[in-house]
Amino acid sequence: MSTILLLLVTGIGLGAVYFLVASGLSLIYGLMGVLNFAHGAFLTLGALIGWETARIMGADSWGGFALSLLVGCLVGALLAALTEFVLIRPLYERHIEQVLVTVGLNLAAIALFEGIWGTDPVFIQGPTWMGMTTDVLGAQIPNHLFITILVAGLVLAGMVLFLKRTRYGMIIRAGVENRSMVTALGIDVRRAFTLVFTIGGAAAGLGGVLASHYFGYVSPLLGGSLLIFAFIVTVIGGLGSLAGAAVASVLVGVLQQFANYYWSIGDFVVVILLAVVLLTRPSGLMGRKVATA
Amino acid sequence: MSASTEELKDQHEGRQGLSAKDRLRASLTPPPKPGPSASGQPAARRRLIGGAAAAVGVVVLALLPLLNIQLPGILPTATYQPGALQLMALCMLMGAAALTYHLLIGVAGLLSFGHALYVGAGAYVLGILLERTGMGLVPAMLVTLLVVVILANITGAVALRVSGIPFAMVTLAFAQAGSVLVRRNPEGATGGEEGLSLNTEQIPAFLVGVSNTRNLYWLALAVLIIVFAVVSWIQNSRAGHLAEAVRENENRVRVLGLKPYLAKLLIFVVGGTLAGCVGMVHLLLQSGAVPRTVSADFTITLLVMVVLGGVGSRWGAVVGGVLYTLLDQRLTVLAQSEAIQSMPALFRVPLSEPLFLLGTLFVLVVLFMPGGLAGFVRRLSARTGGGRPRKDPVKVLEQAE
Repeated sequence: MSTILLLLVTGIGLGAVYFLVASGLSLIYGLMGVLNFAHGAFLTLGALIGWETARIMGADSWGGFALSLLVGCLVGALLAALTEFVLIRPLYERHIEQVLVTVGLNLAAIALFEGIWGTDPVFIQGPTWMGMTTDVLGAQIPNHLFITILVAGLVLAGMVLFLKRTRYGMIIRAGVENRSMVTALGIDVRRAFTLVFTIGGAAAGLGGVLASHYFGYVSPLLGGSLLIFAFIVTVIGGLGSLAGAAVASVLVGVLQQFANYYWSIGDFVVVILLAVVLLTRPSGLMGRKVATA
Repeated sequence: MSASTEELKDQHEGRQGLSAKDRLRASLTPPPKPGPSASGQPAARRRLIGGAAAAVGVVVLALLPLLNIQLPGILPTATYQPGALQLMALCMLMGAAALTYHLLIGVAGLLSFGHALYVGAGAYVLGILLERTGMGLVPAMLVTLLVVVILANITGAVALRVSGIPFAMVTLAFAQAGSVLVRRNPEGATGGEEGLSLNTEQIPAFLVGVSNTRNLYWLALAVLIIVFAVVSWIQNSRAGHLAEAVRENENRVRVLGLKPYLAKLLIFVVGGTLAGCVGMVHLLLQSGAVPRTVSADFTITLLVMVVLGGVGSRWGAVVGGVLYTLLDQRLTVLAQSEAIQSMPALFRVPLSEPLFLLGTLFVLVVLFMPGGLAGFVRRLSARTGGGRPRKDPVKVLEQAE
């Protein structure tokens, strides 16, 4: 029982990390039709600079941890906004080339990070409390999971509020649904492009800092493996659907943990889940209908 | 835009009464050429010149191991020495690999992120067979070929149920599963992160050892020529035309009563199988297989090569593959050089990362040289007025979605 509970919470924690990456990917794809390969670079830079900040401030202090979250978030947002402005915007309406630019940026950025920080993982630590465990119904649950889940929950709530309650949120939702209609109404939808990139980058930067605490290390290669799973989560949830991304993140995270623990085949199970979902519901769990072959 | 669909309609109407076997045969023969027209004469002459240039190029490439040519900065040693031969052979193999990827994205408009799976499968299955079963090289290669064909059929049949970005993701997921399997090292078969080293017991002596590098070089050249020939043949066959028509307008093809699914599957399987062949020779050339050949990074490398050369162009894919490999190798050497190591960190760090430079170059090409090298040549020949009408790589690229 305690094992199941532990696996469940670890799975949700992993799902929370996935969600922070996948939510931005999903919004960006939904609004702009761009599969953003550079998302891994946003995440990695957030994690690396976040760790540098925490180290300067004192890695085991709460202030250092909070500041590393804030800095990671800001760095991710800044890099994402810059990417949209400099690389994506000139290729307006040329979707495949926009994807290619993000592929190139990811290659270049990860190589640059490797040059600066080296390829070896650096093991990190947070405040002492985060390294300890809490006894919940007999299960020893690592405390950092609570923070990861809490932050992801807050981000989800914030994004939902923003999308439902603000004017810009409304423009983004309308744009995901029918972009040409929004343009026809005289709204400059390109400002919304920069906005979703910034939001996505901020979430990815946060996700990077939290992922480094989840896995216990930072490395320039952190983003690469997470990105693939985030893509899978995005597609399972339905491209463009925030709720879908949230549900699929938790589903994939929990499934992966259980399959890994009992049969150590977590990654395969995720791939099979993706194949099954796409073959039965090509638009994902909560996506809009798309044409199928 | 609709030329190939019109042509297909004519073909299709003439083929209604054929049996399945005849249809398959018909689908692999080139469609009848349109009758001689006013522009037919120069086109034929140009084709002759192109063919002659290709033949001369092949002869020169085949003779290189016997010549002593120094190309400082490009090749590490003189052309007859193993260092240069190894690099040139690798370049040609990567050109061939890019060509197989061209078949997917440039012909059928399939954006696959899992093409590395077949290259890796070719290398690893052959390596494991040679290591574990004691089979001879040729039987082991045939078994590997069979395995790759089956693998490509199964994964392709599933992945092609969806299209566009979901297709890209399913192929990515399959390749990721392969990559995880290889890194897991089940029963010590794949060697995990270390990779698998080639067991040379069953390999003929003329393909083993540094002194025989030139034989491997000729083998790589043969692979490149064969892959080029097969890709050209498939592209000019009825099935290839059907695949191109599907890329241009899938609904129209369906309205004509043709089956896009089978054409795409054929292209996918042929591309995967050829990639498997490239993987096998890659194993022999590098004396081993590394997990990188199965990774998503490797597929992305192939994509970068094809885009650098120009999507939709066969020679563009080859040149892109060769250029990328050459740059990757030479920039790595350059990074170690005295000139770069003595620079201040601000310049030294970026300049000593080949992938940083290649990634930046790629971004610049996509931004400022749409259509890659083939697009550049196309614009150049359009400006001088001459030249045959070529496909616009930018348009081919956009149709890939």
